[in-house]
Amino acid sequence: MKKYLLPAAVFSVLALSACASTPDPGPEPVAESVPQAPAPVPVVPAPAPEIDRSAIAPPVPQPRGPVPGSVDDFIHQTGGDARVYFGYDRYDLTAQAADTLRLQADWLNTYSTVTAVIEGNADERGTREYNLALGARRAAAVKDFLVSQGVAPNRLTTVSYGKERPVDPRSNEDGWARNRNGHTNLMTGTSS
Amino acid sequence: MMTFTKQFLVALFAWGAATAAHAQLEIDITQGNTRPVPIAVPDFISDDPQVGNIGADIAEVVRNDLEDSGLFDSLAPASFVETQTSIDYEPRFADWRVIRADALVSGRVVVESPTRIRVEYRLWDIAQGRQLSGLRFGTTPDNWRRVAHKVADSIYEELTGETGYFDSRVVFIDERGPKTDRRKRLAIMDQDGANPQFLFAESDIVITPRFSPTAQRITFMSYENVVPQVYLLDIETGRRELLGDFPGMTIAPRFSPDGSTMLLSFIRGGNSDIYTMDLRSGSRSRLTSSPSIDVSGSFSPDGGKIVFNSDRGGSPQLYVMNADGSGTKRISFGKGRYSAPVWSPRGDKIAFVKNDGDRFAIGVMNADGSGERLLTESFMDEGPTWSPNGRVIMFSRETRGASGRNEIWAVDLTGRNLRKVPTPGSASDPAWSPLLP
Repeated sequence: MKKYLLPAAVFSVLALSACASTPDPGPEPVAESVPQAPAPVPVVPAPAPEIDRSAIAPPVPQPRGPVPGSVDDFIHQTGGDARVYFGYDRYDLTAQAADTLRLQADWLNTYSTVTAVIEGNADERGTREYNLALGARRAAAVKDFLVSQGVAPNRLTTVSYGKERPVDPRSNEDGWARNRNGHTNLMTGTSS
Repeated sequence: MMTFTKQFLVALFAWGAATAAHAQLEIDITQGNTRPVPIAVPDFISDDPQVGNIGADIAEVVRNDLEDSGLFDSLAPASFVETQTSIDYEPRFADWRVIRADALVSGRVVVESPTRIRVEYRLWDIAQGRQLSGLRFGTTPDNWRRVAHKVADSIYEELTGETGYFDSRVVFIDERGPKTDRRKRLAIMDQDGANPQFLFAESDIVITPRFSPTAQRITFMSYENVVPQVYLLDIETGRRELLGDFPGMTIAPRFSPDGSTMLLSFIRGGNSDIYTMDLRSGSRSRLTSSPSIDVSGSFSPDGGKIVFNSDRGGSPQLYVMNADGSGTKRISFGKGRYSAPVWSPRGDKIAFVKNDGDRFAIGVMNADGSGERLLTESFMDEGPTWSPNGRVIMFSRETRGASGRNEIWAVDLTGRNLRKVPTPGSASDPAWSPLLP
């Protein structure tokens, strides 16, 4: 986003100054004799370029992946989602969640200065305090697994949002499934 | 409001006796009346044009309070035959019998000085043709609403033998914004929804406020320091303090009946356990130590027992333990999941949330778990809080779907008098104050 801001800003500054300045006065008439044009000189054309008619291959694309060690890189390298999902009123990890967390642990072990807050979330089908406790269980399940894969426990803090921070507003199975999650939210030490 | 009450029966309250001293006109809440008592409350009389509106306003609040309780049918002023010009003479009882009023409240407002009014009323038993009570209140003119609630409480008390609850307030959470980006603010209003005010400007996740049963003090949970912590707020001074900078999350605060101790759940390593904390000394003691979820502790009014929510049996259920953590017994055995228990200030009932499938209900049961009754049901009813006299329960109701919003509702113990409490916007987590002094 940022790189587009500068030209736009420069443009608007120029546009503004053009608007603000008073119009140029027209050229003042001058009474002066015009010198005689010189006689033409014959011009020898430059030699014709050699033309190589072989085709030019398109450039090899620069790798466009996220910056290694960044939050985007983390998400990209761990399956495209920084959240793992739970069953209704469950806080045990599914096989799929464990697979994702293994990738997260690999990444965290590579970038060992990164710290994370593990956020536990619940769907709306539970009362407020029970869901806070349930979210805390989910966050702890994620943290414990990452620690078991070699991530230092002091790099991971946990918090539960219960049902206070849904990512999906729908009141249906799809929405609820998305809202029952543990979110590995990277904090400090990431590349930008 | 009028439309609700007509069809509601006044019935079935399992506590204390209305005394015989109340003679004929009394609402016997132990036996269950079959109809609300018809009561006439004409606008309070005033000779002073400065306070003319106050007389009408007071009567309107009294009528609404009585009507909302479900125990009274406030008769429409348009039907009144007699127009009293003074409250110092007996009413023409025949004129009130003809409109089938069982009781009449005659009141007046007297201006004593520019900053002081006197409000007086007499309660008449129409059938017996005699005065049941008469009281006088002094206050500033702008405080007329509280006087109206006190008049309504006195009438309620006279006719039911029970303490009233109208002169009380409710702290709640004002909610703004869509479901996925909700802003929550602590707010307070009168129990009838009047005078809503924000308690402070902060607008983030603030939840589960609770009133001290003994003071104008509340506790609540906030995420302002990222990790949820519990705060105390003195409503009169605005002074706010962190309850204690404990490691990890602190949730589910609730005061003890004498206001000196707090029940809390601390979460360590994902495991929540219930503790008490002495508010003066700060000393804590741990009451549960199971590897399960233990939250939402609530003291019995004598302070001897605590009801709480635990999934130690495999699903969330209600348990009662002694105040020292001993003698734990499960009390919920119905089909479904139970949570959010709150002990009635009368001690005889426990309110809770039950869900079975995708419906959530507010229910009550006896303290030993017997006599379970569900009072409401919807997509999401939760967070019950008791009126100070233990007769009415307020709760949050959230509607289903992406545009779902929270509202505050109230229901009496019969489950028949269900009504929405007006709030300025979307609102949740009501917590009832004690009766104001």
